Amino acid sequence: MTYLGAKDKDTVKAFWGKVSAKAEDIGQDALSRMLVVYPQTKTYFAHWQDLSPGSAPVKKHGATIMAGVGDAVSKIDDLTAGLLNLSELHAFTLRVDPANFKILAHNILVVLAIRLPSDFTPEVHVAIDKFLAAVARALSEKYR
Amino acid sequence: MVKWTDFERATIKDIFSKIDSGVVGSAALSRCLTVYPWTQRYFGKFGNLFNAAAIASNPKVKAHGKVIMGALEMAAKNLDDIKNAYTQLSILHSEKLQVDPDNFKLLADCVTIVVAGQLGKAFTPEVHAAFEKFLAVVVASLRKQYY
Repeated sequence: MTYLGAKDKDTVKAFWGKVSAKAEDIGQDALSRMLVVYPQTKTYFAHWQDLSPGSAPVKKHGATIMAGVGDAVSKIDDLTAGLLNLSELHAFTLRVDPANFKILAHNILVVLAIRLPSDFTPEVHVAIDKFLAAVARALSEKYR
Repeated sequence: MVKWTDFERATIKDIFSKIDSGVVGSAALSRCLTVYPWTQRYFGKFGNLFNAAAIASNPKVKAHGKVIMGALEMAAKNLDDIKNAYTQLSILHSEKLQVDPDNFKLLADCVTIVVAGQLGKAFTPEVHAAFEKFLAVVVASLRKQYY
């Protein structure tokens, strides 16, 4: 269903240039938000001492996630190949239900709207939404 | 029956007092038609929806955005009985407009994103959670009369 055209890729790359300076902050906020707004996602982090917004494990993991998304931007021309290892990690080790990728993507979009209100136009929104859906699909490749 | 905490009631009231209601409905509808273009199927009479710029400046989109906003404000004023307050709207959407109810969530997500953009840092995770709960109740109420 998701096809990333040349225009979509250009929009994503251009926008990501503005995101990368705030990437860790955005990642932390998106993850914090997801754990509060969609509490069922906390089940994947039962091993953390502190799941509250802005806590140390949330900060660290938010940064890890955004680094992964940033990496996906650089591999945008072949996400399936580029995200192979991450897909295996999520499929065999973490075993995250892929429905949750959509939930996290939504929270990333909310944070982008907050942090970059004038840049996150409807055109950018659709390109990023398609990109995150493509990333989610690539991450789901190895599941079955 | 939906239970609202004091925090949730106060938060929802506060959000509606702070957002620019003239803009939110239209911006959210405009975003929905742009990000999820299949939703345009319900707006065949709206004229030019060919690209994001056309959608954003379309006067029928703007006008309809205000109608949607009015309905959200009505829900916010009837927190304890949104289901009944929305009976006629639900019948309208299912029998006359024949909208696939999965689309309600798409519009709700766009409303969240527009409100987040307007409130900025004030849209904390806790405020965000209260608002999404409110929208989930609105969406469920709109689905209620479908059969």
